[in-house]
Amino acid sequence: MERAEPGDWVEVHNIILKPGERSPDVPPDTAKTPLECWVKGWALEEARIGERIKIRTPAGRTVEGTLTGVNPGYTHSFGPSVPELGGIGEEIRKLLREGKSSG
Amino acid sequence: MVRDLSYKAVMSRRKETMEKALGMDYSEFIRSPLAFDYEGMMEKVGYSLERVRTIQSEVGVGNTPLLELRNITELVRKTSRPGMGARILVKDEAANPSGSFKDRRASVSVYHAKTHGYRGVLAATSGNYGAAVASQAAIRGLDCIIVQETFDSRHVGQPEIVEKSRKCEAFGAEVVQLTVGPELFYVALMLLEETGFFNASLYSPFGIAGIETLGYEVAQQCRERYGKDPSYVVVTHAGGGNVTGTARGLRKAGALNTKVIGASVDLTGLHMASDTDFNKKSFTTGHTGFGVPFATWPDRTDVPRNAARPLRYMDRYVLVTQGEVFYVTQALAEAEGLERGPAGNTSLAAAIALARELPQDELIVVQETEYTGAGKHPQAQLNFAKQNGVAVRRGDPRENVPGKAIVIPEEFSQLHITEFPMEKLKKSYLKNAVERTGVKEVTPEDVKFLAEDSRQSEDDVVSYLGELGVKVLGKA
Repeated sequence: MERAEPGDWVEVHNIILKPGERSPDVPPDTAKTPLECWVKGWALEEARIGERIKIRTPAGRTVEGTLTGVNPGYTHSFGPSVPELGGIGEEIRKLLREGKSSG
Repeated sequence: MVRDLSYKAVMSRRKETMEKALGMDYSEFIRSPLAFDYEGMMEKVGYSLERVRTIQSEVGVGNTPLLELRNITELVRKTSRPGMGARILVKDEAANPSGSFKDRRASVSVYHAKTHGYRGVLAATSGNYGAAVASQAAIRGLDCIIVQETFDSRHVGQPEIVEKSRKCEAFGAEVVQLTVGPELFYVALMLLEETGFFNASLYSPFGIAGIETLGYEVAQQCRERYGKDPSYVVVTHAGGGNVTGTARGLRKAGALNTKVIGASVDLTGLHMASDTDFNKKSFTTGHTGFGVPFATWPDRTDVPRNAARPLRYMDRYVLVTQGEVFYVTQALAEAEGLERGPAGNTSLAAAIALARELPQDELIVVQETEYTGAGKHPQAQLNFAKQNGVAVRRGDPRENVPGKAIVIPEEFSQLHITEFPMEKLKKSYLKNAVERTGVKEVTPEDVKFLAEDSRQSEDDVVSYLGELGVKVLGKA
């Protein structure tokens, strides 16, 4: 969906610190990148993806940011079976069946 | 007046912001740049064990089952010297409302926030603790913000952390997702200033008091069922709260001969704040990237003095590899019918090797499990490792290289531990104490504090301080 209407569940993005503004403690590779932030909430106005929009978060804050998603979901999963884990159960059951332990 | 929100300005207001957000004045406990009254702080601000038990029972936290791992114990005995192989028990902390022992830690903070009139709570954490605070806030009717370090600069997130974002949102929390960096705390401070919420810090006395019930229950359950205390309690060690709270609870139960053993996944060589290393880790907690720095200098957190002080309590510190923890997670599912999250199984992996040191009539307790699910599961984590250029194979776990190769054991007998010398942690603690505070001379009171805080003799402290060029005042 390209467009958010007021009341839609959306995600916004902001740059919190530009590369030169970061903590002196960050390692060099991180120092070259900005500190970015994403927050979700309900749209308070209309906007298209990439436009600035105000939202209300579940904790009651009003946040302004660039609209990055409407009805953002979750895509993490288990992924395909991992062959390196596949044999463990059988090996263990075989060991358990091999007579009783000492003591 | 508009608040200056630059990194420097927000960090410089850190002390006032934190004290307001905890409703606590640390200055009454602080004795010098080094020393503070630890027990005084825990007593005055903490809650008694009985009170914590009441608070937790109101919200379904604690009193989790202590399960005997019969098949895993049998596997240990089959791969041990005759007569060896202690009985392995696990405290099924996944049975808490949000699925981990962190509910204990969150319960007291959220209760305290509620009874002191805060409208909401905030916690800066990418781990189970966020879900725990969100869950407790939901139960007590408070608003909740969880600040997470979630993504690298490509906007790629560890599956385990992304799952934690989902879980926090499931409990109705606002989740603030950030890219890699220690400025997580800067963002948390800005949000505390903006909202006036309570800081449900992992490291406040409230959080630690909440964990004491875990150690207490372990001792009670072992005595009821087996008529004795455990020889070892193995604790997954990261920021130090789990070790500290559990050990304090064991002591309060009178289990004075039980050894508390910290266990971490060895991630030596990976930088915790590095954008490129971020997604080369398969464990987001319970690893040496937190375990070593927090043991050797606890006061690197969001509170003026950390209530989690693991060196006071840890008898031994042992390391396991990522591949071993994944192996053991699979073994727990297939040998015991318990599907539990990988991070909590760090101490189980260590316990299997440790059980071989003890005779069969002794007990060893693994003091936590955690929930599992999409993202937070060996399958998801190993697929992610492969996508990020980490080799995954079966083999000798000693060939495991953090960030490069995850080697899953070929045999149960290969599960092992590497002992991290306590001596090294203690020396490193003293070195950090001197460097961090910049002290050139110390008082006898400082020496006493340092000795207690690192559990070594005052003579050893004085001798090592001498090597560091620090003068001890008032000493002949």
